[in-house]
Amino acid sequence: MAKDIVIEAKNFNFYYGSVKALTDINIKIEKNSVTGIIGPSGCGKSTFLRSLNLMNNLILTARYDGEILIDGDNILKKDIDVVQLRRKVGMVFQKSNPFPKTIFENVAYGLKINGIKDKELINQRVEESLKGAALWDEVKDRLHVSAFDLSGGQQQRLCIARALAVQPEILLMDEPASALDPTATLKIEELIQVLKSKYTIIIVTHNMQQAARVSDYTAFFMMGKLIEYNKTNIMFTNPEHKITEDYITGRFG
Amino acid sequence: MTNRINRIKEKIGFSILATCLAVVVFIIVVIFSNIIINGYSVINLDFLIKAPTDGMTKGGIMPAIVGTFLVTVITAILSIPLGMGCAIYLNEYAKQNLFTKLIRISIRNLAGVPSIVYGLFGVVLFVQLMNMGTSILAAGFTLSLMTLPMTITASEEALKSIPVSFREGSLALGATKWQAIKTNVLPYAIPGMLTGTILGLSRAAGETAPILFTGAAFYLPHLPKSLLDQFMALPYHLYIMATQHHAISEVRPIAYGTAMVLIALVFAMNLGAIILRYKLRKNRKE
Repeated sequence: MAKDIVIEAKNFNFYYGSVKALTDINIKIEKNSVTGIIGPSGCGKSTFLRSLNLMNNLILTARYDGEILIDGDNILKKDIDVVQLRRKVGMVFQKSNPFPKTIFENVAYGLKINGIKDKELINQRVEESLKGAALWDEVKDRLHVSAFDLSGGQQQRLCIARALAVQPEILLMDEPASALDPTATLKIEELIQVLKSKYTIIIVTHNMQQAARVSDYTAFFMMGKLIEYNKTNIMFTNPEHKITEDYITGRFG
Repeated sequence: MTNRINRIKEKIGFSILATCLAVVVFIIVVIFSNIIINGYSVINLDFLIKAPTDGMTKGGIMPAIVGTFLVTVITAILSIPLGMGCAIYLNEYAKQNLFTKLIRISIRNLAGVPSIVYGLFGVVLFVQLMNMGTSILAAGFTLSLMTLPMTITASEEALKSIPVSFREGSLALGATKWQAIKTNVLPYAIPGMLTGTILGLSRAAGETAPILFTGAAFYLPHLPKSLLDQFMALPYHLYIMATQHHAISEVRPIAYGTAMVLIALVFAMNLGAIILRYKLRKNRKE
């Protein structure tokens, strides 16, 4: 891994109150790659993902130590600008969560809260973002209808477009396709392949085939520990640990 | 066999529930029809726009309508911002610990404090200590104290009904906490907050005890000229007409008419709340 490292976790521990959710996580994530995070329910994969944009700070009992470096800056230090961080590290949630606004307003939302008032610029960014999320052709004639009129898959791509609009460098996806049908899932997966040329993507997934299809690297978490982390093709053909093999071959999970 | 018994049990159960409803409906119908039958004869335009005359045995109830309106407006101005602000802080910013739990329980308990206690408290605090005298202002302050627990509780419930995903989605895009609340929580919560608040206000509009010592007057020949004047109010006027007047049987229709106007006013406010709630549901579907 000689390429640029965008994210690096060093001895990262995370607790919910007195419950330890993540233990001693060390990982380096490469620029413009797709990293899949897999593992059984409750293994801490979502917790890790949500640590990368400090979304866990919303939970009052959350505590953590160690370091997470993003572009070399430790985001766990006290005086970190959370707002700046979240602009840089976008997030797509498990359940698509469009706001009860129009399609246009949803995408423009991030721009507006970031103080962009120039209408030209907003229009341009909305179009770019919707194109980026492969949704433009489907919605260009009805930008001003409610986002709730879209199908589930379209809503999730709208949420991706919304995240893209603020021009992040990193995109965190928390099981983005788990509530979608196979066709819509395929579209999201294709989209991830296109997006990785511009963004570093980390995707949590329950679906082993999905991890194998979309990710360059795979990280296997279990009981709060990073058990194995390697190139996806190596991990899925020749895993180092027995337990990894048992998991990816579906012997438990 | 057991099947039949179950069916009979179900029938008995439903009949009991239906009877409960029938009793409630019956009571409501009796109250309303009683008021309307006895009061409709005095209701006309003059009744609504004229002051009482001839020792309150003739004329209208306009000063009482104006007084109740003014004091309700003051109550709204004082309690809406304070109550909503308090609810926003409690729900969005405050740490959820024992202390906030205690605050919440206290607020709920305050909602159950008898209104006469608020009335007497108002006399001490607003009328005497803060030197407002018996006035619209003092009565408005007292009523807003009484409605605050309801406003806060209803507002907090409205905020709770907004999905966490609205807040998270907004924060994940780089919004500050206040931006997320302002742009993605409040617009959807405010109709619900207002609904609860209006219900609280309509209760305040019909209260007698809190205004009894803080500003309501037995009879005034003129309308209040400032917020520091005393005023006549519908509920208090009704109380006088029904129990304190020297010619009680003569003014009975006026008492019924006053009750009708008061009920109509409260009903109109509640209707407003229902319309708002309906609009809220529509907005959320957008």
